[in-house]
Amino acid sequence: MALQDKYKELIDAATAAPVVNLQVREQDGVLYIDGESTGAVKQQLWDIYGKLDPDYAAGDLMLNINSVAGISEGAKLKVTTNKTNLNIRSGPGTDNSIVGKAARHEVVTLVRKENDQWWWIKTDDGEEGYSFTQYLTPVE
Amino acid sequence: MKRSLKLSLVLVTSLLVLGITSCKKKLKDADIQTAIEKILTADADMKGTMVTVKDGVVTLSGVCKDEACKTKCEEAVKKIEGVTSIVNNCTVAPPEAVVPPVADALGQAIADAVKDFPGVKTQLTDGVLTLTGEIEKASLQKLMMGLNALKSMGLKKIESAGLTKK
Repeated sequence: MALQDKYKELIDAATAAPVVNLQVREQDGVLYIDGESTGAVKQQLWDIYGKLDPDYAAGDLMLNINSVAGISEGAKLKVTTNKTNLNIRSGPGTDNSIVGKAARHEVVTLVRKENDQWWWIKTDDGEEGYSFTQYLTPVE
Repeated sequence: MKRSLKLSLVLVTSLLVLGITSCKKKLKDADIQTAIEKILTADADMKGTMVTVKDGVVTLSGVCKDEACKTKCEEAVKKIEGVTSIVNNCTVAPPEAVVPPVADALGQAIADAVKDFPGVKTQLTDGVLTLTGEIEKASLQKLMMGLNALKSMGLKKIESAGLTKK
């Protein structure tokens, strides 16, 4: 219960957001918050998390907000890497070879979802392959 | 009058006979099918097999786990009374794909998530991920977002107290 108090602001925000299929569960000293929402809500929740635990270093929260569950095939995605270009690979994993690149802030198209980490995307130039979803943000 | 009566009698009789024989045949096919299904469902290996019977000809379809099982089905059906021939359309299931253990999938996913943060070192033990090394403070949230999402792949906890933020 102590953890739910510590992260009360976060839980309240997730409840109000709304977050679909929101689950809040405490087990073995870790608070698990799971659910689905938009990218903006996910960002908002992560900023609250960062305020409550500035370095995310307490190791007592797993904030698993899936902002990509509701994205459907054909959706436009913006490449949101920090600085570099986004690698397009032959398979779902960084152990697969790079077959193309998408520039930072370029808009690409979602073709198919392999899993929550890897999507098959296509650029306007016709380059296609798997990219890491962490660097893809739906164009809303 | 007498003649037509005779004719209609013959007609009726032949219809009756036809009716009876076709009924009988139908019953027989159904009986054969029931007998076969009983055998097939009783055997775990042959459970996936489907069967149809028409005029004593038995058609087997479905997926068998291997070639031996396919033969076994056929042999079992042969023994049943009333079966004139067997068409064995069963397919053999491809060997089961080798699924990498979940820990490996998680390990790979962690490697993918930290790949762009070269200073970060990871150690995964029993679902608990320990982060050490260093990272730019501005990149920390992105890294943590990626790693927290791996909860759905079995990650239980992230210990990042040993990670230096620049």
